[in-house]
Amino acid sequence: MADVLSVEAPAGAIALAETSRSTERLHRAIFIGLAAVLLVAPYLAYPVFVMKVMCFALFALAFNLLLGYGGLLSFGHAAYFGMSSYVCAYVAKNWGLTPELAILSGVLVSAVLGLAFGALAIRRQGIYFAMITLALAQMVFFFSLQAPKFTGGEDGIQAVPRGKLFGLIDLTGDRALYYVVAVIFMAGLLLIYRIIHSPFGQVCKAIRDNEPRAISLGYRANQYKLAVFVLSASLAGLAGATKAIVFQLASLTDVHWSMSGEVVLMTLVGGLGTVFGPIVGALVIVSMQNYLASLGAWVTVVQGVIFVVCVLLFREGIVGVIAKKIGRPL
Amino acid sequence: MMKLKTILATTALATLMASPALAQQISVKAGVLNDRSGLYADLSGEGSVIAARLAVEDFKAAEKGIKVEIVSADHQNKPDVGSTIARQWYDQDGVDLILDVPTSSVALAVSQITKEKNKIHINSGAAASDLTGKACTPNTIHWTYDTYALAQGTGGAMVKAGGDSWFFLTADYAFGHALERDATEVITKNGGKVLGAVRTPFPGTDFSSFLLQAQASKAKVIGLANAGGDTINSIKQAGEFGIVAGGQKLAGLLVFASDVHALGLQTAQGLVLTEAFYWDTNDQTRAWSERFAKLNNGKKPTMVQAGVYSGLLHYLKAVEAAKSKDTATVMAKMKEMPTDDPLFGKGTVRVDGRKMHDMYLFEVKKPSESKGPWDYYKQLAVLPADKAFRPLSESECPLVKK
Repeated sequence: MADVLSVEAPAGAIALAETSRSTERLHRAIFIGLAAVLLVAPYLAYPVFVMKVMCFALFALAFNLLLGYGGLLSFGHAAYFGMSSYVCAYVAKNWGLTPELAILSGVLVSAVLGLAFGALAIRRQGIYFAMITLALAQMVFFFSLQAPKFTGGEDGIQAVPRGKLFGLIDLTGDRALYYVVAVIFMAGLLLIYRIIHSPFGQVCKAIRDNEPRAISLGYRANQYKLAVFVLSASLAGLAGATKAIVFQLASLTDVHWSMSGEVVLMTLVGGLGTVFGPIVGALVIVSMQNYLASLGAWVTVVQGVIFVVCVLLFREGIVGVIAKKIGRPL
Repeated sequence: MMKLKTILATTALATLMASPALAQQISVKAGVLNDRSGLYADLSGEGSVIAARLAVEDFKAAEKGIKVEIVSADHQNKPDVGSTIARQWYDQDGVDLILDVPTSSVALAVSQITKEKNKIHINSGAAASDLTGKACTPNTIHWTYDTYALAQGTGGAMVKAGGDSWFFLTADYAFGHALERDATEVITKNGGKVLGAVRTPFPGTDFSSFLLQAQASKAKVIGLANAGGDTINSIKQAGEFGIVAGGQKLAGLLVFASDVHALGLQTAQGLVLTEAFYWDTNDQTRAWSERFAKLNNGKKPTMVQAGVYSGLLHYLKAVEAAKSKDTATVMAKMKEMPTDDPLFGKGTVRVDGRKMHDMYLFEVKKPSESKGPWDYYKQLAVLPADKAFRPLSESECPLVKK
């Protein structure tokens, strides 16, 4: 048996290795290109805007890790994003922690929250899974609404100090903060890339495609699902906490269900199950919100039209379509 | 040679003659930041931009050598969207002051950014009394109203008018709780009684069981400590239960003329509310509102829009007096000069940034009493400025020296 395989394998395996190597080269080029763009972006565009895009892109990336690679549609990701942003804002403002510790505590809380919610939610599949995550996220929303001592109610936590990174680097200026956010974003992106392409990620994809078969092969599907859920929640938390530092506020918008909807929108517009899609999706949606703000009511209309067009014309999303055209996964 | 000298001399002369005009030319950029697509689009929205334009027109800015440009944007009631726009306006677009900004969370965020960037924020749309309390800054003026004034007006004046027993319908979130707490304090201070309160889920659509409790309480006044859609829904359903027809009064703690317009007199009749401005107060407000309505599809101004007009007008007067748009100088002038405009009359800006003017208690007319469209209110009482707003002695604002 083994002999037969080893005889027949080479031709196919070499071709496979060849494409995967060239894909890897392409991805590396994209990473380098992205880093270069991030390096010069604050000189070309408004830094706070680029930071906002990065925060939402990281959020969408985290969501895509769960939906695109774990096959789990969570409709309550705002809970981790928002709760982490509250925790980060609270400890930075009231306990005077430095930004990196504040962000870390936000991530920690969202990981714990993800563990608790995930353990409950993965017991069901499909629409029931989505509904459970939504229900739990709504509980977080109501907690945030009803605990004004901690969250500031509907006023949110305002005037969060940006503080000094490691107690040394002053982040009050936009430029310094920008590069910190860029580093966090790139680190998050690389981590997600690594997770997707690790054996762990392969198993997750296998479970996504056919759970009973993965179980029959001896994988404990639920453990993998829970792990990817917690990872996704923590990364969403990382995005939320960073956002709290950037905007110096944490508010109910971040835990509201429409935020969960927005991240689905970003991921779908950009390209579900692609590595870089959520970044493009976040860029498109945030730019629309920002640059069309003077159009007034039309912002939401335009957003809706774009969503409909995306779903009708390119279901794979912007990056998904490009990946199909060049015949390589992106 | 001679020619060159003449040319030089003429140029020099021309420069000399031109320079005073150049020195006086101040260009100001004002940003109207509000909700243009959501819940508060009717009470602020495009109307506030129109009001700002009218202020520039009435000030005759061009004649006085001040160039005013107005920009506007939609903050969608989201603090992060609002704060990005505010930062970008201050950092990149050269905006000198931001006007309006309804929704307390956005207003507080914009106020902080304004302080950080050392610009000016004149708030008209938000209710949070914290803007001139705990969260006050030297750069923010809160123009039109706040929760304290609403509670004073509706709570205090109602008790004096005989409505001495109350029952609250309170939206179950911090804003609702604050309204209920402030109003309760005023009511008991004036000798009234609060018989009970019920917390309604926020946002709510079905208020029937809560309204029945309120009806059964036999309180003379049912206080609505809620806002926006909740207020509209509870007033509509109260109409269906015949609560006002049954002799109880409805008191809205945060209702605007645009809400009454949306509800219609049939539903809203008998509702008691507090506002800082009503278009049909005197000849001046009528004339101005007429002009405003022509530009705004026939809709009369709300107090928020009137506040944007009045605030920008005062700012421009201060710029003219200071001959500069330097933030500290202009702010000092604005607080030093008394305010005077056709809509709010005479008033002052206090050290904590609170604009002082009278507030009015209104009752919504019955359909039979109304003489035409937008004829909605009859005035019950006037609340003098020093009674309407939180006195400095109780202020939590660090700018107030005690």
